[in-house]
Amino acid sequence: MGNPLKCDLCDKPATVHLTQIVNNQIHKLDLCESCAAAKGVTDPNGFSLADLLVKGGDTVESPEVGGIVCEHCGFTQKDFKRLGRLGCPACYDRFMPLLEPVLANMHKGVSHLGKVPAKALQRRSLQDRISGLETKLQEAVVAENYEDAAKFRDEIKLVRDGAEAEPAT
Amino acid sequence: MIESSGQRGAVVLMTRVRFARNIVKHPFPGWAKESQRREILAECLPAVAKLPQMKKGFSLETDTLSDLEKQILHERHLISRELMAVKGGSGIVISRDQSFVVMINEEDHLRIQVLRGGFNFRRVWNTINAIDSSLEEDLDYAYMPKLGYLTACPTNVGTAMRASAMMHLPALVVANQMERVVRAVNQLGIAVRGLFGEGSDASGSIFQISNQTTLGESEEEIIKRLTSVLNTIIEQEINAREKILETEPNRIFDKIGRAYGILQNGHLISSGESMNLLSLVRLGVDFQVFPEEIRPAVDRLIIDCQPGHIQYRAGKSIDSEERDSFRSTLLRSEFEKVAKPSFSIGDAQ
Repeated sequence: MGNPLKCDLCDKPATVHLTQIVNNQIHKLDLCESCAAAKGVTDPNGFSLADLLVKGGDTVESPEVGGIVCEHCGFTQKDFKRLGRLGCPACYDRFMPLLEPVLANMHKGVSHLGKVPAKALQRRSLQDRISGLETKLQEAVVAENYEDAAKFRDEIKLVRDGAEAEPAT
Repeated sequence: MIESSGQRGAVVLMTRVRFARNIVKHPFPGWAKESQRREILAECLPAVAKLPQMKKGFSLETDTLSDLEKQILHERHLISRELMAVKGGSGIVISRDQSFVVMINEEDHLRIQVLRGGFNFRRVWNTINAIDSSLEEDLDYAYMPKLGYLTACPTNVGTAMRASAMMHLPALVVANQMERVVRAVNQLGIAVRGLFGEGSDASGSIFQISNQTTLGESEEEIIKRLTSVLNTIIEQEINAREKILETEPNRIFDKIGRAYGILQNGHLISSGESMNLLSLVRLGVDFQVFPEEIRPAVDRLIIDCQPGHIQYRAGKSIDSEERDSFRSTLLRSEFEKVAKPSFSIGDAQ
């Protein structure tokens, strides 16, 4: 499949051709083997398309979002541009303004329409409810409000027993 | 009797679905320190190993494997190059029958993969979906209602699912049609890669075809879309086979006959050449030039002739030329038992 195209990043002959069409817009990149390897395009498990898009001219940087840092893991906007990957799940919240245009270019849509981890979400909301009640119980004990404390203790037991009797589906 | 359309299923060698999953509150493996990766591994490994599907399976830290063992797992499509490269704190759990594997701390905390022979997305999807739902009982998956499953790379966010089929497309290659096919399917958001993923060549006319996008569609929609593209490719391959048989049978029979000759008599066969020769014999089986019974052996040899497998069989470190010689000996002994091809159309001419 010979192709005389030149690499978009240097002048060597391009051997890796990347085409994505999203919302009728064609994104094309022709790269030589070394640039493709340097950009991770030959990595079988995904590559930094974000980085390629940034370098390819589709700017995703804007003054309002310049210099974002994830307080959870210390990941910075610079790291994202360099690696094309994120630092931790919480980065998605933090980097959302930066990610939205990138995701719109990469995918069929910008909203998840697939599987929901129902059991994990239900368990998490149950844990949140129990820890909320435990805080209230502690506060009632400190305030020597034993009537309320007993009420919260019973409620915690009820939530826990209910969760055990009826496993999350 | 030469027939090209009776073997639709044989065009697809293997169906595979992979889910990427991450655990809340932990950095992604590529950003985590080794100590953090070890914590993640300690949380995930027992949860995966206790799954009923992993009964009598293998569960180990990647560091405990030699480079050769890693290469063999890679050649069997069980682990990726990326996992092979992680230093410290990564792991693998493989089911006894090797149809189910979980990589821990590859690009994401969990890469869950189910693979089966033939064209069978429904079954693979049902299996991986059930496994994923069981894991969810123990592990808090990172998930946002708007973006779905959160992954280290935004290219995987959403369903975080990659569904792929490994296809044998020799007639499209011989007819120089693959470039056209690749261009057409790329426009539909479907990627085409070589046997060992991105960057690998298409030796043996074997291609991996998978969805490129993961957000904005459900898993079922992605699989439905991919299946319809794969069916079209199968159709094209079968048409190309029919056309070759009709217009220039001797051209393809010559290739198949020579492949048989070299496999029976060669003494220095490289892994790339062995793939191409075995691919032609496989096409011969599809054309009923060889008996159907040899198909499993041919498919097994495509893996057994890979460099890591040959090195392992040799039992000692050998250089590339010794490997080629060793590989040829294996192929000669396997093909000694295979009866001469019967080219009924070709013989008549």
